[in-house]
Amino acid sequence: MDKFGKLKENLIEYFFLINGLLVIFVLLSIFYLLIKNSIPAFTEIGFTGFFTSAYWNPSAYSSPSYGILGQVVSTLMVTFGAMVIAVPVGIGTAAYIAEIASPRVKGILKPVIEILAGIPSVVIGFLGIVLLGPIIANTANLSNGLNALNGSILLAIMSLPTIISLSEDAISAVPDRYKEASLGLGANRWQTLVKSIIPSGLSGIIASIMLGMGRAIGETMTVLMATGNAPALPGSFFSSVRTMTSTIAIELGEVPYNSTHYYALFAVGLILFIMTFVVNLVSDIILHKYQEVA
Amino acid sequence: MKKVKFYSIVILIVIISLSLVGCGSGNQQKAIQIKGSDTEVNVVQHLAESYMESSDLKISVTGGGSGTGIAALINNEVDIANSSRDMKESEIENAENNNITPVRFIIAMDGLSIVVNETNSVKELTVEEIGKIFKGEINNWSQLGGSDLPISLYGRQSNSGTYIFFRDKVLKGDYSQDMKRMNGNAQIVESIKADKAGISYVGVGYAVDENNNEVDGLKIVNVAIDENTTAVSPLKAENVKNGSYPLARPLNQYIDGKPEGALLDFIKYELSAEGQNIVVDEGFYPISPEFQEINEKNLGL
Repeated sequence: MDKFGKLKENLIEYFFLINGLLVIFVLLSIFYLLIKNSIPAFTEIGFTGFFTSAYWNPSAYSSPSYGILGQVVSTLMVTFGAMVIAVPVGIGTAAYIAEIASPRVKGILKPVIEILAGIPSVVIGFLGIVLLGPIIANTANLSNGLNALNGSILLAIMSLPTIISLSEDAISAVPDRYKEASLGLGANRWQTLVKSIIPSGLSGIIASIMLGMGRAIGETMTVLMATGNAPALPGSFFSSVRTMTSTIAIELGEVPYNSTHYYALFAVGLILFIMTFVVNLVSDIILHKYQEVA
Repeated sequence: MKKVKFYSIVILIVIISLSLVGCGSGNQQKAIQIKGSDTEVNVVQHLAESYMESSDLKISVTGGGSGTGIAALINNEVDIANSSRDMKESEIENAENNNITPVRFIIAMDGLSIVVNETNSVKELTVEEIGKIFKGEINNWSQLGGSDLPISLYGRQSNSGTYIFFRDKVLKGDYSQDMKRMNGNAQIVESIKADKAGISYVGVGYAVDENNNEVDGLKIVNVAIDENTTAVSPLKAENVKNGSYPLARPLNQYIDGKPEGALLDFIKYELSAEGQNIVVDEGFYPISPEFQEINEKNLGL
């Protein structure tokens, strides 16, 4: 190779290296910014006041309070509800597409699921208000349907595409000989699917669930519109809830800079960041394990 | 109202695109940015539209809540902040630290309306009862002579001027933690239409249709100052004007310093007879004399 060609090769290599480093730099900067702006909140409010009190009311009439517990519980509740709905439906659909559907059905289903992923969250939130809310209210005999259940169903819809497409990849990646062996031993197709194929692709499926969960935790607009945003500690899935993302979205626009309230919102962001980070990390670890097996 | 909203969105898009085209030509002020109160956004939008029919000035009006508008004025991002509450001491201080001198004037009067579902049998409430309802101390309609239904509270979010006004003037305490915090007046109106047990507060302009009657599916409750006075409706102009409706309030705008040139022209138009007619068309009321005095003093008209 001539000198010029080598230089070109090196330059291209550096270019990609810089791109990679840039992503890491952005991530670390965000983390630094969150920590830097959160520290005053912890010193001014105190750890116990922040984590153990459920009462979040920074713009109070007399004495403001900054308890984050209600929001954390709301976020976890809505996410958990979404997963309860999305996991069985998602894995079922993935197994159907990968193992059972004819090529024609597959050709229709896959693009439809991709379209589902492209629907803006604000549109899904609107459906929550005008369509799902009244349905929930009528079925459960409530006066309104702006509650955690509404948010859960909408978030389930939003995390389904992630779960389906990644689970489908995992199931398709299971070697054909597993299936052939199972069928050869006299198992029927259902037994083969449930006892052989899905367990073999399990780590990939779990990773897809974790990624779907990460999507659900961080979603803002949909829950902001459909869950009613009452800050009280939720009692059931029929309670109106206010998630961490909603709180930040509602309050950051008008908060005075460098006030306790401002720092407290960053602290909420930090906790949220840590939560999604852990979820993504776990999914990454599981995914690595799965790649080794396959 | 729906039609109005659609038109205002279309016009807003036109304004934005036009103001982009008009950027960077000449020293004279060619555009006015207005931001703030969701209660005021429709009426100010209309004022701006009709003013622009006879002027080259481009005016853009956006909502987001009074708190958001005031924050934008403090950061020198807008020319006018719409605010349905008065500026707080701390906000004035912040503004002055930023070399902004907030000047207040009033463009209309609002009878802040207490709205319930049309099927609700409760027709009138005192200010004290309303406060107790929103603090969560009264939590069933049967306690107020209605049917046995748990009260479902709707309100605005904390960036709303109406949220603050209502809390300071009516509750004098904190909202119930079970109150659902909605995105805007339109969302509140839709929720109350659907919720038999719901109660909320909106600017009177949002509770009435184009003929200034109650919106279908909604009922405006008559409000009394206390048990010894009669409850009156915010739908009658004189109740708001003479102060017998207890939740009457001025709708403010804030600017930086004494207005000049194009900005002054637009403000004069808002306060003119023609401007005040638009205010009435939108369901609000003309400026009452005590606030006219404030305008004269602050604007030096």
